[in-house]
Amino acid sequence: MVEKKSSFYFFANVFMMFLLICSIFPFALLVMSSLTEEKTLIQNGYSLFPAKFGLDSYIYMFKSGSSIIRAYGITMLVTVVGTCSGMLLTMLLAYPLSRKEFFGREILAFIVFFTMLFNGGLVPTYIMYTRYFHLRNTLWALIIPSLLVNAFYVIMMRTYFSTNIPDAVVEAARIDGAGEWRTLFQIVLPMSVPMIATLALLIGLGYWNDWKNGLYYLTDSNLFSIQNILNRMLQDVQFLKSGAGGSNASEIAATLPSTGIKMAIAVVGALPVMVVYPFFQKFFIKGITIGAVKG
Amino acid sequence: MSAIAPSAGKKASFGIRFKRSIPLYLMVLPGLVYLIINNYIPMFGIIIAFKNVNWRKGILASPWAGFSNFEYLFKTKDAWTITRNTLCYNLVFIVLGTVLAIAVAILLNEIRSKRLKQVYQTVFLLPYLISIVVVSYLVYAMLSIDSGFVNRTILTAMGKDAVAWYTEPKYWPFILVIVYLWKTFGYNSIVYYATLMGVDESYYEAAAIDGANRWQQICHVTMPALTPTIITLTLLSIGKIFYSDFGLFYQVPMNSGPLLDVTNTIDTYVYRGLIQLNDLGMSSAAGVYQSVVGFVLVLTVNYIVGRVDKDNALF
Repeated sequence: MVEKKSSFYFFANVFMMFLLICSIFPFALLVMSSLTEEKTLIQNGYSLFPAKFGLDSYIYMFKSGSSIIRAYGITMLVTVVGTCSGMLLTMLLAYPLSRKEFFGREILAFIVFFTMLFNGGLVPTYIMYTRYFHLRNTLWALIIPSLLVNAFYVIMMRTYFSTNIPDAVVEAARIDGAGEWRTLFQIVLPMSVPMIATLALLIGLGYWNDWKNGLYYLTDSNLFSIQNILNRMLQDVQFLKSGAGGSNASEIAATLPSTGIKMAIAVVGALPVMVVYPFFQKFFIKGITIGAVKG
Repeated sequence: MSAIAPSAGKKASFGIRFKRSIPLYLMVLPGLVYLIINNYIPMFGIIIAFKNVNWRKGILASPWAGFSNFEYLFKTKDAWTITRNTLCYNLVFIVLGTVLAIAVAILLNEIRSKRLKQVYQTVFLLPYLISIVVVSYLVYAMLSIDSGFVNRTILTAMGKDAVAWYTEPKYWPFILVIVYLWKTFGYNSIVYYATLMGVDESYYEAAAIDGANRWQQICHVTMPALTPTIITLTLLSIGKIFYSDFGLFYQVPMNSGPLLDVTNTIDTYVYRGLIQLNDLGMSSAAGVYQSVVGFVLVLTVNYIVGRVDKDNALF
């Protein structure tokens, strides 16, 4: 009996350790490669234990990389503006939907919900934003399309309001003479901090990691976010390899970041998420759980 | 304005209820306008697929094309390829993804050490948080022809020749499945684990007193507790089976031409048609095909969920 039990735990731990290593290994490889000296990289390839360390990738990147620093700034700006305005719109939309006496609540809830069931797809969205709203090659293109308000988050927030804010609290505020706006901002929102943190994290992560909007709507590389720069660099390698570059190929090769620098930029793009995440892990797991149960 | 609400039971008249809701309407307005622009107007844009769009006339005034765009689409070999790829990859993702996520959730539940649990959860979620662009760099670091870890370290150690991964289609179904599982298993296992946290400890105690070992406890307590979640999540993913992760199929194979046969899905096809080939007819037809079939699938699946377990239905 005892032996059986311990063999089960042994198996369980081996399996989990295996998954743990699988999860970390590619990141470790990325970081170590970015810290390897360029010559060693070309000789031995990407490796976990490089023969010779070197910071040349990072030095080169920050010396020559004004475009990378600019892209970094754009990513940060877009993430902050997008998250703040997205959060505001989400809260303003969710609160009335949680109020039982709100006239027209069911219809509005359906309008929000239906966007999760059906969508027009990329073609009409793209045509609308480029032909009619002229978002192409503007910073708005990184903020507005598809990311700003997510029906799923609105519903999560509404559920939180209606299950965690007792009607009596809202009622009491009303009796004390507070209008709806004051009730929302001074009573309801301070009581909803965990949910606000969770959603802000999810929306912020969505903006930080987004590269599709840049891919669809930007051709001007001055507006590229860090993800778009990463994307373009990967594509250019392919372009060069396929020989489609013709006489241009050597010119591109001269300006192309070399083997190690690519990895260094990927590290810089992923690092903030990896550094910030452990501090917000609690909220994040909470978000997954609420979404799973209530969704 | 600040009149006290009438006591429950008595319904205020239409006018009063409307008037009292005015500040609430103002709150809803910006979000609503956004959803109308971002989500509802494109829904009507579906008519593009039924038009021969002439930009000088505008979309509405362009001549109707009937179903000819669809006819062209379904005559090509592509229509079959993208449908097959989208459906088959998703089916494999659902089956393997669910099995792996459940296994991890159960093991997380079995581990007694709180700190170890925390470490596993944190690390397993890491791949989920990283953008697919960075994931494609990770894959590139493994598979790059001249300097990838697999070619330079693993295959060299085994004495085998290097493989040109990005031009060999036969490996990609496996690579894509592995990358998908790697990126999502942490997230999915935490969803299942959350269900298990709600299971009352006394069930396990009772089973232990009756002489059930660990394995029997998993079979007779843990699995039945997970079943409703498994059914709901599986049906929900079946509802989304016509959609694919654009990044996984476009970015991770680095948009490589020789791989298209096994990496082209409806989403990548629509993108290539629209932006790279500028073929509005084909791409809009494929988009409508996806939206409509996807919608029918969601409704069907929801109907089934409703029959199985009313609480888990979406609407």
